[in-house]
Amino acid sequence: MDRPLTQNIKADRPFASLADYLQTGGYQGLANAIKNLQPKEVQQWVKDSGLRGRGGAGFNTGLKWSLVPMPEPNDADRNPTHYLVVNGDEMEPGTFKDRLLLEKDPHQLLEGIVIAAYAIQAQTAYIFLRGEYHLAAERLAHALEEARAQGYVGEHILHSDFSLRIHLHSSAGRYICGEESALLNALEGKRATPRPKPPFAVVSGLWGKPTVVNNVETLCNVPHILRYGVEWYRSLGRGADKGTKLFGASGRVRRPGLWELPMGTPIREIIEDHAGGMRDGYQLRGFLPGGASTDFLLPEHLDVPMDYDAVTKAGSRMGTGTLIVLDDQTCPVQMVLNLEQFFAQESCGWCTPCRDGLPWTVTLLKDIIEGRGRLEDLDTLAGLTRMLGPGNTFCALAPGAMEPLQSALKYFRADFERYISCGNTILETG
Amino acid sequence: MQESTNPPFAGLSSAEIGEIHSEMSHYEDKSAVSIEALKIVQKHRGWVSDDSLVAVAELLAIAPAQLEGVATFYNLIYRQPVGKTVIHVCNSVTCWMLGAEQVRERLCRHLNVELGEMSQDGEYTILPIVCLGACDHAPVAMVGDQLILDLADNTVKQIFGE
Ligand SMILES: Cc1cc2nc3c(=O)[nH]c(=O)nc-3n(C[C@H](O)[C@H](O)[C@H](O)COP(=O)(O)O)c2cc1C
Ligand code: SF4
Ligand code: FES
Repeated sequence: MDRPLTQNIKADRPFASLADYLQTGGYQGLANAIKNLQPKEVQQWVKDSGLRGRGGAGFNTGLKWSLVPMPEPNDADRNPTHYLVVNGDEMEPGTFKDRLLLEKDPHQLLEGIVIAAYAIQAQTAYIFLRGEYHLAAERLAHALEEARAQGYVGEHILHSDFSLRIHLHSSAGRYICGEESALLNALEGKRATPRPKPPFAVVSGLWGKPTVVNNVETLCNVPHILRYGVEWYRSLGRGADKGTKLFGASGRVRRPGLWELPMGTPIREIIEDHAGGMRDGYQLRGFLPGGASTDFLLPEHLDVPMDYDAVTKAGSRMGTGTLIVLDDQTCPVQMVLNLEQFFAQESCGWCTPCRDGLPWTVTLLKDIIEGRGRLEDLDTLAGLTRMLGPGNTFCALAPGAMEPLQSALKYFRADFERYISCGNTILETG
Repeated sequence: MQESTNPPFAGLSSAEIGEIHSEMSHYEDKSAVSIEALKIVQKHRGWVSDDSLVAVAELLAIAPAQLEGVATFYNLIYRQPVGKTVIHVCNSVTCWMLGAEQVRERLCRHLNVELGEMSQDGEYTILPIVCLGACDHAPVAMVGDQLILDLADNTVKQIFGE
C-alpha cells in the first residue's frame, strides 16, 4: 500500500463513504492512538515519522504539537483549553490539492483531526474552509454526522475519556486567511490581519489559548502513521523527506493533474511521466515548483527531487508541491504581472511595504508591458524584491509575492529588456 | 440561490436569527459569528444592505463600523445587489494562461454586461475570482455553487446550455 492518502479515491464513485473508509482500515489509527498511547506518545510517533507540514512551510508536525504546553499530573487545571484548527483555505494560485482530499475522502481528514486533537489534548477543533468549497462543506458536514453517530467524534470517543467537538467554519474569501495567525483572527470574527509573533499560536492562539494550525493534507497523513507505524511511513519517502505527497502540474502539459507520489520524486518524473510532457508545439521554458509564491526554476532543474531541502537548494521552495508550468509561448513578464496583481489585491494592507510596494510593482510591470518602461525600472523592481523580502514585512505574503518576480528578473531578463527596447508587446499569450 | 423577495427592513427574519444563533453556540463569544451572520443574511437576501448590516451588528452587540470593516474585507460578502446567480470566472495564473480572459469576454458579451454589472433581468452577475483550486482543468468558473471545468470555445453553451 504505497498511496495511503488517495487509496480510497476511485474513479467509479463520487467519494468514499464511511463504509468505504472502514473497509480499508479507517479509524484503526484512531483506535490505536486512543486505546494504546498517551498523548505525548502520539506526538512522538508523528515527530519520528518525519512528517513535515504540507501547508507550505514544511515544519515537522510532531515537533509543532510538542510545543503546546501540556498539563502535568499535579497541575491544578488538568484540562486547560486547547484548540486544533484545520487550515482548509487553499487560495494560493496554482494549488489544487486539499480540495481533492476534502471532497473525496472526508473521513480521512476527520480521523486525522481527532488523532491530532488527542495528541495536543484539544477539546474543540475548527475546520476553516474556503468559502468557495461548497461541495467539500457538504461532504464534510455529512461525514461529521456519520462520525458522531458512530462515536468517532463527540463525547467519550471510542468509550475513552477523550471528547472532541468539531465545527465547520466556511470563510468568505481572502488569501491572507490562509496565514495561520490571520486565520485565527478570521475565526474570531475579525478582519483577517496577521498577528505579531511571538507569541506563537501553539502557546497563545485562538482566544489566547494554545492552538495548533495544520494543513488539510498534513492531517490526512496522520491516521496512516498511527495505524501502520513510524518505520512504514519513513520507508515511503525516496529521499531525505518521508512519506508521500500530492504533487500536481498545471499549464500546457498533456495531462494536467494530481498524483500521490513518494517525497523526493524528481521533478522530471512529475512533468514527463505523470503529466505526459508538454503539449504538441510547446516547449518547457520554466516552472514554479509549488504555487504562485515560489521562485521559477528552469529545465536544467528537472532532476531536482521534490524534497523541501533539495528544492530550496535549487533556489526555490517546494511550497504546496503543485507545479505551474511555463511554456515557450507564454510571456513570463505577463505571467509575473498576473501573479503580482493577485498578491496586490490580496494584501491585507496592514504593513506599508506590502500595501504600497505591491501596487507599485504592478504599475511598473504594466508600464514595461505597455511600452512605457525604462531600463531603470528593472533596478526599481529588483529593489522592491529586497524591500518586500523576508524580515521587512509583518507576514510572508509579501516575500512570497517577490519570489516569482526576483527569479523572473534573473532568468528572463532578456524578455523584460526586449519590451523596453522595442516598446511593444513581443509575445502574445495563448 | 435564494430569491431576494424580502422587502428591505431594519430587522432580521426569525429564520435568519435562528440560523445565526445556532452558529453562535460554536464559539467562545458571539461576535465571532460576524462573518457567518453576514453570509446567512446574504443567503436570504442576495446581498448585505446597510440596514441588514446594522441589524446584524445589533444582534451581535458590536459597532456597525466594526462589522462594516469585516464585511468589506471579505471578497464573498456583497455590499451591492448582485444577480440571482453569480458567475465567478477564475483570473489566476493557470486559467489566465489557458484563456480565462476570452472566457470572461464571451460571457460578458452573451449577457451584455460589464464585469460586476447585473444583467438586465437581474439573473446574473459576472465577477472575477482567484484560483478555484481546479487548475488542472483550467479555465474554470463557478456558477452559483457549482464548479464548471475545462471551459473552451463553447463556454456559453457549457454554462447556459444554449
Ligand atoms: C499568505 C499566506 C497564505 C497561506 N495560505 C495557506 C493555506 O491556504 N493553507 C495552508 O494550509 N497553509 C497556508 N499558509 C501557511 C500557514 O500559515 C501555516 O504555515 C500552515 O497552515 C501550517 O500547517 P502545516 O504545519 O500543517 O503545514 C499560508 C501562509 C501565508 C503566509
Ligand atoms: S505582508 Fe502584506 S499581507 Fe502580510 S501583514 Fe503585511 S500587508 Fe498584510
Ligand atoms: S488558476 Fe484557475 S483554478 Fe487555479
